[in-house]
Amino acid sequence: MRTDITAADIAAERKRFPRMFSAAASERVGAWLFWGIGTALTIYCLYRFGFLSGDFLHGVSKFTAVVVAQLFPPKGFEHLPMFIKVMGETIAMAFLGTLLGAAMAFPLSFFASKNMTRSRPLQLGTRRFADLLRSFDYLIWALIFVRAIGLGPLAGIMAIAIVETGTFIKLYSEAIENLDRKQVDGINAAGGNGLQRIRFGVLPQVLPMMLSNTLYMFEHNVRSASILGIVGAGGIGFLLADRLRAYELQEACLIIIVLILAVYAIDYLSKVLRERLIGDHRRREPIDDAVQV
Amino acid sequence: MTAAPAEIAKARGPAARFESEYAAYRRQKKIHALLFAVAFAACVVAAGIAAKFDLVTLIRGLPRTTDFLVKLVPPIAPATFAHDVSEWYWDIWKWLDSLVNTLLMAYLATVLGTLAGGSLSFFAARNLARHYLIYWVTRRVLEIARTVPDIVWALLFIIAFGIGPLAGILAITVHTIGAQGKLFAEVNENISTLPIDGIRAAGGNWLEEMRFAVLPQVMPNYLSYTFWRLELNVRSATIVGFVGAGGIGHDLFTSIQLLYFADAGAILLIIVATIMVIDMLSERFRHSAIGKASFAH
Repeated sequence: MRTDITAADIAAERKRFPRMFSAAASERVGAWLFWGIGTALTIYCLYRFGFLSGDFLHGVSKFTAVVVAQLFPPKGFEHLPMFIKVMGETIAMAFLGTLLGAAMAFPLSFFASKNMTRSRPLQLGTRRFADLLRSFDYLIWALIFVRAIGLGPLAGIMAIAIVETGTFIKLYSEAIENLDRKQVDGINAAGGNGLQRIRFGVLPQVLPMMLSNTLYMFEHNVRSASILGIVGAGGIGFLLADRLRAYELQEACLIIIVLILAVYAIDYLSKVLRERLIGDHRRREPIDDAVQV
Repeated sequence: MTAAPAEIAKARGPAARFESEYAAYRRQKKIHALLFAVAFAACVVAAGIAAKFDLVTLIRGLPRTTDFLVKLVPPIAPATFAHDVSEWYWDIWKWLDSLVNTLLMAYLATVLGTLAGGSLSFFAARNLARHYLIYWVTRRVLEIARTVPDIVWALLFIIAFGIGPLAGILAITVHTIGAQGKLFAEVNENISTLPIDGIRAAGGNWLEEMRFAVLPQVMPNYLSYTFWRLELNVRSATIVGFVGAGGIGHDLFTSIQLLYFADAGAILLIIVATIMVIDMLSERFRHSAIGKASFAH
C-alpha cells in the first residue's frame, strides 16, 4: 500500500475522475439557483407580510405580554365536567365520521384497484373522485354541511366522513393492489365465485392493513374534529374559539390542556390496539401523524 | 363416572384429538369475535348518543346538500360559454391575489418553521442531544407545538398581531416547527456514524464532519419532508382565513356566509386546482430528492 501520496498525485487523480471530487458545473449552478431564488423569495415574503416593520416587533411584545402572560394559570375548573363532556362529543364525532367514511370507501376501493376492476375508466374515475373528496379540507366540508344540515355535530361527522371516504379509497385500494395473486387464484381453481374470491382470497390479506389504517385515521380525526366547532360543526372547537374571541385566555388554556391530554390518550390507545389486533408494531405508520393537524 | 375428555381423545386416536381441539379452537375464536362485535356495537351506540347522531335530520339534510353543491356552479350555456365563465369569475383578480398571498404565506411559514424546527431537531435526537433533560424538554415543546391545531394558534396570534396574513403565517410556522422538529430528529437518529469516522480518520474537523458526513445523509430526507410540508401548509393556508388570518379562505368564508354561492363555487374550484397542481409538483420534487438520496449513500 502506498503511503507517499503527493499533491501532484491528487491533482492527477482529480483530472482523471473530476466527478469524484466535485459535482458537474451544471449541477452546481442548479444548486446555487435553487438556494438563491429560495432566499430571495423568503426575504421578499418577510417584507411583503410586514415582518421587517416595527409593527411586527410591537406584536411580538404584545404577544408575550398579553397572550402568554394571561394564558396561565388555567382557570374555570368549575366548567371542567362540561369541557370533558364536549371533548367526549368531539371523540364521538371522529369515531362516527371515520366509521362512515370507512363503510362508504370499502366497496368503492375495489373499483379503484387496478387488479380488481377490468374497466380502466371506472378505476381511474373512482381514483379521481377520491382525490376530489380529499382535496377540500375538513373545515371547508364542515362549512358546506353546516349550511345544508344546520349547526351541530352532525355537520362535523359528515365533513369527516366525506374526506375520509376519499382517503380510505386511496389507502384501501393501495392495500388491495399490493396483495398476493396466488391466494385468489387458489380459490378460483377450487371453484369459488367472485364473492368467495374476495372473502377468502382478498380479505384475509388486506384486512389487517385496512384496520390499521382506519385506526390511524381515527387518531388523526380526533385532532381534525377538535377544530370543526370553529365553523359551528360541533365539538370542543366551538368552546375554544368562543373563549379565545372573548379574551378569556385562562379558560381557553384549560380547554387546550383537556384537548392535549385527550389527544395523547387516544394516540396511546390506538397504538396499543393496533399492536394487539394486528401486531404491526414493526411497520412504519401509513401516514405520519403530521398529516395535517 | 365420566371420563376426562383427554382420555376419550386418547382412546379415539390422533384424528379425533385433532377434531376436538380444532372444535375448541373454533369455539374460542367465535366467542372472541362475538365479544369484539358487542364491544364495537356498544362504542357505536355510545358515540351516536354523545354526538347526538340523528338519522332523520341527516336524511332531510342530504337533498339540501346536493342543492347547495348545484348552486355552486351558475348556469353555463355552450353558446355563451366564454361570457358565462367570465361572468362567474367576475372578481378573478382579487381571488388570484388572495391565492398568491396564500401560496406565499405557506412558503414563508414552511421556510421559517423548517429553519427553527430543523435547529431544534438536533436537541430532540437522542444520539445528538448532550443531556437527557434537554432532549425531553425539546420533545415536549415540539409535541405541544403540533398537537394544538394551527387554527387555534391563529386565533391566539390574532389577539396580538390583529386580523391578517401575519397571524396565519405565525400559526402555520409554529405547527411546522413541531412537525419538522420531530421528523428531522428521527432522520438525525438514523444516521450512520461510519462516514463521520471516515472524515475524522482523514483528519477532518467538526465542521467538515458535519458538512461531508452528516449533511449528505440527512439532506435528501430533509428536502423531501420540506416539500411535503409545503404541500400540507398550502392546505392550512387556505383555511386559516376562516378565522381572519389571511389568504383565500377569507374570501371563501365570507362568500358562503353571505350566500354568494357562485362566488364560493368559483373560489373552491381555484382551491382544488391549486392543491392538485401542488400535490403533483411536490411528488415530482420529492422523487428527485429521494433519487439523490440513493445516489449519495
